[in-house]
Amino acid sequence: MELSEHIKTANVEDVTLRRPFHPALRGTLCVTSHHLLFSNRKDEASWQLLILLKNIDAIEKSVENLFGYPRAVGSSGTITIKCKDLLVLQLEIPGMEECLNIASSIEALSSLESVTEMYPFFYRPSHLTLLGPWGLSTTEQYYKQTERLWDRWRVSKVNSDYSVCPSYPSAVIVPREVDDDKLIRSARFRQGGRFPVLSYCHHSNGMVIMRSSQPLTGANKKRCKEDELLLQAVIDGSELGYIIDLRSAQQAQQARMTGGGFESKSCYRHWKRIHRHHERGKVVQESLIKLVEACSDLSHSVDRWLSKLENSKWLSHVHSALSTAGLVVECVERDGHSVLVHGSEGTDNTLLVSSLAQIILDPASRTVTGFLCLLEREWIQAGHPFQQRCAHSAYSHARLKQECPSFLLLLDCVWQVWRQFPLALEFSEALLLRLAQEVYASNYGTFLCNNEQERCAAGVKENTHCLFQSMLKPDIEEQYLNPLYEPTDLAIWPSVHPQSLQLWTGMFLRWTEYAQNMEEAREEVWSIVKEHRERV
Amino acid sequence: MSCTEVWWSEMEHIKMPKVENVRLVDRSSSRRTQVGTLYLTATHTIFVGKGSEDRSELWVLHSLVCNVLKHKASQSGYPLLIHCKNFQVIQFIIPQESDCHNVYISLSRLSRPEKYEELYCFSFNPNVDKAERGHSWDFLDLKAEYSRMGLPDKLWHVTAINREYRVCDTYPADLFVPKSVTLPVIIGSSKFRSRGRFPTLSYYCKENHATICRSSQPLSGFSARCLEDEQMLQAIMKSNPGSRFMYVVDTRPKLNAMANRAAGKGYENEDNYCNIKFQFIGIENIHVMRNSQQKLIEVSTLRSPSMGEFLTGLENSDWLRHIKSIMEAAVFISKAVAEEGVSVLVHCSDGWDRTAQVCSVASVLLDPYYRTLKGLMVLIEKDWISFGHKFSHRCGHLDGEAKEVSPVIDQFLECVWQLMKQFPCYFEYNEKFLISIHDHVYSCHYGNFICNSQKERKDLCIKEKTHSIWPHLWENKLDFTNPLFKPDQSQNQGLLRPRTAPYCFKYWRRLYNRFDRELHPRQSELDCLMTVKEETQQLEEELALYEQKLAVLDKERAKALYMQKGVLESKQTLWSLPLDTSLANTPQDYIGGFIGGAPNVFTLQQGERENAELCLFGDKPKSSDADNSDQESGVADFSSHSSGEESLPSEDSVKDPDSDETGPNRE
Repeated sequence: MELSEHIKTANVEDVTLRRPFHPALRGTLCVTSHHLLFSNRKDEASWQLLILLKNIDAIEKSVENLFGYPRAVGSSGTITIKCKDLLVLQLEIPGMEECLNIASSIEALSSLESVTEMYPFFYRPSHLTLLGPWGLSTTEQYYKQTERLWDRWRVSKVNSDYSVCPSYPSAVIVPREVDDDKLIRSARFRQGGRFPVLSYCHHSNGMVIMRSSQPLTGANKKRCKEDELLLQAVIDGSELGYIIDLRSAQQAQQARMTGGGFESKSCYRHWKRIHRHHERGKVVQESLIKLVEACSDLSHSVDRWLSKLENSKWLSHVHSALSTAGLVVECVERDGHSVLVHGSEGTDNTLLVSSLAQIILDPASRTVTGFLCLLEREWIQAGHPFQQRCAHSAYSHARLKQECPSFLLLLDCVWQVWRQFPLALEFSEALLLRLAQEVYASNYGTFLCNNEQERCAAGVKENTHCLFQSMLKPDIEEQYLNPLYEPTDLAIWPSVHPQSLQLWTGMFLRWTEYAQNMEEAREEVWSIVKEHRERV
Repeated sequence: MSCTEVWWSEMEHIKMPKVENVRLVDRSSSRRTQVGTLYLTATHTIFVGKGSEDRSELWVLHSLVCNVLKHKASQSGYPLLIHCKNFQVIQFIIPQESDCHNVYISLSRLSRPEKYEELYCFSFNPNVDKAERGHSWDFLDLKAEYSRMGLPDKLWHVTAINREYRVCDTYPADLFVPKSVTLPVIIGSSKFRSRGRFPTLSYYCKENHATICRSSQPLSGFSARCLEDEQMLQAIMKSNPGSRFMYVVDTRPKLNAMANRAAGKGYENEDNYCNIKFQFIGIENIHVMRNSQQKLIEVSTLRSPSMGEFLTGLENSDWLRHIKSIMEAAVFISKAVAEEGVSVLVHCSDGWDRTAQVCSVASVLLDPYYRTLKGLMVLIEKDWISFGHKFSHRCGHLDGEAKEVSPVIDQFLECVWQLMKQFPCYFEYNEKFLISIHDHVYSCHYGNFICNSQKERKDLCIKEKTHSIWPHLWENKLDFTNPLFKPDQSQNQGLLRPRTAPYCFKYWRRLYNRFDRELHPRQSELDCLMTVKEETQQLEEELALYEQKLAVLDKERAKALYMQKGVLESKQTLWSLPLDTSLANTPQDYIGGFIGGAPNVFTLQQGERENAELCLFGDKPKSSDADNSDQESGVADFSSHSSGEESLPSEDSVKDPDSDETGPNRE
């Protein structure tokens, strides 16, 4: 079925658009295969609103109007469009049939699941070319650039056909002394084949952060010698390594009943296991839904606002992510031990904690390029299932499947770090907001699919543009810079006290007047800094 | 009794001037306990950390002590917990029970002075002569403030009726009333109002002649009337020629106001006064506010609470709900004045708590002047000090009725802070300014916030015997300036229209967790911007200088010099803050003592050490010793600018740059 066949009514005139804090506008509404276009041509100046249909999370038709709302000319309907970037729009459409047609077209087109039909495959701006390498870096390039890895670590291509671990990239970094056969055996012992691989090597002491999925010890405490050897090779003669298990001890015990498990002390003698409980999947998604609901309800009193904020548990997730990341950094930087991080699948909280730890530890990951490289390495190549996790955002009424805002949680945590260290990051809140938007609906192919294998199969690298590359173009990058950036080589330890963590207003109250005053402050910061630069 | 005599009598309360081997517990981490010596002087509790090379000091004014508690004995000794009015919590562990008890008894007495003369401001004696002291009291001039508002004019004038405080002893001597009002009307009206607090002007909007007036509740009971009071209100309404009515805002909850009627008090009956619109606002009374803040403080001092515990506690305290209700009242009044051009009479019961809050917050919303440093000082001087907010009672300066204590001024300062959060570019001052004021309201370091009324202050010769805080704050104005302030815009902005949605009200961490340093951002955006701005200005001045030289020198030479200057400047680091990065390297407690820590390192500057010794010998503390603000600005290592910690001037806090955390063991 052609995309255009979903479109029952392409054009409607005399539509009224209502947005927060703007006067209502009248204009023409147009539905295309991938966009909703509203244009208002008045007194020469024309104004357009272009929304990716994929950005639409939920659409509500006003029933009251559908059943003969009295109007001078014929019937009309109102549809409320709730976007994944949390914007809410209202469209008043004359003509009941048109209204229903528009609504059903949007519903059909915004929930397409075929990757190659998505807009990034059609987006062809004149200033970008499809030629040249895709993405910022590869595992091999990262290895080449990181001299401290050369001695003890190697790049393994054991997964070049994605058969050992379907969600890993084709190349991974592993200890030099562990051969590919051992890796294959270790992979069989780990859920989804996600055997322990290197995530980060600390520049000052060579200690590493590894990540994996849970070991499949099962009820009868299976062992895997190769897996044990692999971890032994990681610490290479040093006394101790830490396994940070992102589940409570009880949960880890229970996992054994379903074939999962944990590294027992007797088998991994030099590893000390620490359990930190993290919520996952549906629970976190529901937190986001509750939080956004609380933020958009304007009628409540202060009590109910705080209790709703508390009830959403969103900040508790931020709190746990940051404290566990802090714990990892403590092990690596303060105590000088290597760390293995995993939860169950090793595709969500594991990536969240390992990448946050790097931001705290590694000055290189605090630059714009470094941060985007980190996301590429630790989220996109590492196989965070973006398509499943970001299928819906906070407004959707659809039954939850595998949605989970892990990536948004990461952005929020990074924002908290930036609030506490306003000079330490080269990028600004604007970059985080842009990413929060792009991850749900994008012109670019970066966040498509669930892993490298799928991206390969769909031809993402050949047929779409890379978001990160486009963001790093000098004229564009500038808008994401932190005017106060002053690099520091030291670890930036965030405070994780509840008093120190705040609601990310720039994100969750983005479409309120409250955020507008903050915009003014940001501009003022820039003008102070610019004035200074001109003088120097 | 002279000051010295008072001081000696205070010395008698000190049962135990010195205790050795006392442990100062760091509440955030038990590992950072310091051992040292505890001294009690006439004015301060002093803790001096023991260490061969580095020592740290903690000075606490007795007047800042809120309460002293003995806790159950632990293995290491007898804990003594000191809660301060500036929200500092100090825990000592004293080895001997008898010592602990003696310190407890002494401190309990010293922190509850019975006479004004015992307060610190009467012994505080900076090196200034009499003339200078008098000058410090002339720093703010309320007459000038009224004339800035455009008063007196053809409709309003000063009445001399209260010159001797005979009509109302809690009001100031000079009061503005409508010209049309006769003396008998004022007297009649004052007899019909609680404590004689008749309606009088608080703020005047010269653009549209609308006013904010204030008073106490009328003694209306169930049916009483007073012709003069009705005439008074009529005259106020008429003094705003453009309007056809005025608002009367009762800031109390309706139920409270109705209950007052049974006691012969109450509220205005709309039928008796012509053209008033009566409105209840529903701000709770001082007792509710005191309890609410108590709960808030409990939440803020919880040891490593979970996110849920914190938010639930914050909610259950109701504190932000009360702040919101004050803000909403102020928004209502400011809109009535600025947008409708209608005058408003505000009262509560006595007209010195909620009325002061609401009038002053409304003034901040209405008038950009009150968003400047000087303006806020004037506003506090006018609406709070001169109009008889009972500072001594509300702040518990003297030992007395606990039920009189209430954080009314805290709430005002917090409202201003909430506004600053919403409008980051419209305030000349920053958060440190508000916190500094808060500190001095309670510290009794200066005479401004002593007593309950102007009359009491006059009787006590406050201006002759103590010093004024305002010039001191003004001297430090660089520390208190908001770099984002845009004066032009703010002028144009006029009325601020804050959002009052619940999510706009934040927990004021910098105030309530002020001394929990690990809770605050490790780098300060504001300090950084201030440095940048200062540097820009310096460069500009230099540039101007060079341009002058350019004009003098011949072209060739001048050009060379100019180039050279450019090279020199660009070599300097822009705003690198050396200690920032070291502070950045302070690990937090992520697992509660799971991985070993390091002992603390203390520093004590030479000057401080001498000062400390001075006091220890029972000498009367010298002015500059106690006035820590001066000292601190001289201590480069942890002055507010370089540390990024926004440490405040004049705070008695542990001087501990936390340098241990940056030691080699971290690398």
